[in-house]
Amino acid sequence: MESIRDKVAIIGMGCTKFGERWDSGLEDLAIEAAYEAYEDAGITPKDIQACWFGTVTAPMIGIGATHAANPLKLRIPMTRVENWCATGHETLRNACFGIASGMYDIVLALGVEKLKDTGFPGLGTGRGMGPVLEARRTSPGTFSLIATRYFYTYGLSPEEGKAAIGKIAVKNHYNGSMSPKAHFRNKITLEQVLNAPIIAWPLGLFDCCGNSDGAAAAILVPAKQAKKFRADPVYIKGLGQSFDPLLPHTRPQFDWLTWDSLRNSSRQAYEQAGIKNPRDELDIAEVHDCFTITELIIYENFGFSAQGKAKEDIDAGFFELSGGLPVNTDGGLKCFGHPVAASGLRMTYEVYKQIQGKAQTPERQLKDVKLGLSHTFGGPPQVSAVAILGKDLG
Amino acid sequence: MSVIISYGAYVPLWRLSRDAMAAAWGRSSLGGERSIANNDEDTVTMAVEAVLDCLTGINRDSIDGVYFASTTSPFREKQCATLIAAAADLKSDILTADFSNSLRAGTTALRAALDAVSSGSAQNIIVTASDCRLAYPRSDYEQNFGDAAVALLISKNGKAIADVKASYSIANEMYDVWRLDKDIYVQSWEDRFIIEHGYLENTTKAITGLMKKQSLSTEAITKAVLYGPSLRAHQQLARQLGFDPKTQLQDLMAGNLGICGCAHALLMLVAALEEAKKGDRFILASYGDGSDAFLLDVADEPGKMKSVKRGVKGHLASKKLLPSYERYLSYRGILEPQPGEPYRLFPSASVSWRERNSSTRLHGSKCKNCGLVTYPIQRVCYQCQAKDNYDEVRLSDKKGKVYTFSLDNLAGRSDDPVIPQIVIESELEKTRIYCMMTDCEPREIKIGMPVEMTFRRIYEGVGMYNYFWKCRPVR
Repeated sequence: MESIRDKVAIIGMGCTKFGERWDSGLEDLAIEAAYEAYEDAGITPKDIQACWFGTVTAPMIGIGATHAANPLKLRIPMTRVENWCATGHETLRNACFGIASGMYDIVLALGVEKLKDTGFPGLGTGRGMGPVLEARRTSPGTFSLIATRYFYTYGLSPEEGKAAIGKIAVKNHYNGSMSPKAHFRNKITLEQVLNAPIIAWPLGLFDCCGNSDGAAAAILVPAKQAKKFRADPVYIKGLGQSFDPLLPHTRPQFDWLTWDSLRNSSRQAYEQAGIKNPRDELDIAEVHDCFTITELIIYENFGFSAQGKAKEDIDAGFFELSGGLPVNTDGGLKCFGHPVAASGLRMTYEVYKQIQGKAQTPERQLKDVKLGLSHTFGGPPQVSAVAILGKDLG
Repeated sequence: MSVIISYGAYVPLWRLSRDAMAAAWGRSSLGGERSIANNDEDTVTMAVEAVLDCLTGINRDSIDGVYFASTTSPFREKQCATLIAAAADLKSDILTADFSNSLRAGTTALRAALDAVSSGSAQNIIVTASDCRLAYPRSDYEQNFGDAAVALLISKNGKAIADVKASYSIANEMYDVWRLDKDIYVQSWEDRFIIEHGYLENTTKAITGLMKKQSLSTEAITKAVLYGPSLRAHQQLARQLGFDPKTQLQDLMAGNLGICGCAHALLMLVAALEEAKKGDRFILASYGDGSDAFLLDVADEPGKMKSVKRGVKGHLASKKLLPSYERYLSYRGILEPQPGEPYRLFPSASVSWRERNSSTRLHGSKCKNCGLVTYPIQRVCYQCQAKDNYDEVRLSDKKGKVYTFSLDNLAGRSDDPVIPQIVIESELEKTRIYCMMTDCEPREIKIGMPVEMTFRRIYEGVGMYNYFWKCRPVR
């Protein structure tokens, strides 16, 4: 099995303003993200040879790549990608393979999601797995199962547990306050987090990410040709992805702590990127903070924190902008919301910009970023996808 | 010859104070409380509960018939007995029938079962009666009615707890209480007329007819188990027949349960059996479009069964008060609250049919290669990936413990907004089951809390009621 390392480079990216985009449809968001990426890469639409297009919740039966081909007027091979919340990363991963195989020289990875046309504020329930088994399953209801068991396992009272994950919300909102493209740009206090209305106990309003519209895009080329396009391309160092079989709810003997999909996907990416100790070697990570508890278990399953020790790192500020490994420097899903298929590329956009030293506001630009990770985790949840990006070849 | 070999009952957890019902309308209260089916219950789910209570300790493969009686079946066309048989995980080569349209349907089903077993056409028939009748808001009936179910197992050969010695029936045509095909609420004629010429006259005829046929005097009867539409009419009947209301009359349970339609006479019989001694002699009589009367001899100490069954007594003792009358109106669909449940699943008859063993029978799969049990049924083993090499195992009769939970405020009804999402660790090989919890105080849920399974109506969609199992704190 070959590694993807240093075979593909990103030469341009685009990301829309995320939020309640009442003024924009799915296709408007696609145009906004793609044209920023074209401009950033210094190419024209005619240069694109193939496109991987991700969207999750749009029309139920049959969608294909219509909602990208129509607005962007593309007459090229196009593939629609859907893989739960990892869809954005899946467009990137499959587009990378299109380049690495030698089939194409310039491709577009595009993730677009329009959530705010449905008339209700959540992602819905029990999506299609049978008429009764998941009749009332929601995302907050599911992820709070993780929190309840985590608190129990480590002997945290609900107050202690909620305070630990609440600090993640405070951190991400602080970072998001410096992100012009974020949906929410308000700083919050731990007290606000703890006193917020409960969505699904033990998770409160600020433990949950918002429902937003958004899109993001990347232009990929073979690594060797990247410098022809720009002086500061960003290289793909590793791509990992893994599923877990069965809903975690019914997975036999599952401890709700050790998630194979998280561990497998990060291990694959670390191995390709040559990373032995991610806690020390990564300069930035954008991980799937759909709920604050999710970010916590990712710390432990990705090797950022020892198992059961995430709380100590959170309390020490290890994942803050000034900490040892800044996580979700743009505010994460907490501030951008989670337009499902856009999120993976939006996170990759932040890592790409940080590596280039071009974070949208200088206050949150990290120093000397060489190696970064972006990640999404989705389904009931069952699937995790990781991309590692680097500044230099080799 | 046919005998009763087991009994079971079910009374919903929820009770409503009649004072609260009266206060809502500024009228007088009948006093006490009545049972209220939860918003996820109907006569089928209550019957399943009573059947499972009745089948505790009984080999389910021995059952070859299910008779269901109700005046409030959730279906106009589609049998309930088949659904009850499937949820109770009975074999499929059995006799099933629904009895309906009369407050006498419960005892008519009983008599049909006795006859079928006596004739040898079946060995063991379970009779279940269940009712959840709606009365006009503000009416006396609304306070007076209750919701409950009952089950009796009739057998040719089993160890009897009561022998049914004789029966006698009266048919009577009149409008006393009724519902047209389009009616939601029970209608009735003037009380004085229907009590005198309906209830008293016909129940008396059935009982005196039976006693005359058997040459019995009232002194020979230990307990008169008499249905009654109200406490007053019930007392009146007992006096008219010459039974001593203090010693010979089985409690009507009007005060703490309510009158539970066609299930009521049989519920009273179960309550009587719970207190009975060997050699006791019972008269049982129902009323509705006539009357069915039975003579029963208590054959063994039925009280011995109390340790394994909740029965009437156990269920009456296990209760919670519904917080308001409005909640009752909303649970029954009488009052339409702000729409909730924004997330709709669209069920499919064919999907439900394919998944019936997992969803209705609550079967998991046990791998014959590595032994792992998984719910729902998996064709390929989660652990060893052996294909189509498993036995089905029943999880509905196993208790479990809460492994983890959440209290979801997003997915519920607006009148019952918190959905407790539960991952259970079953006592059967620690199998994980994911379901909702019902009949609980959400704030009292804890990891490790003991739970049991209960069959419920989950939601309505595409013109179908969709049933599935939930868990509840052990009652």
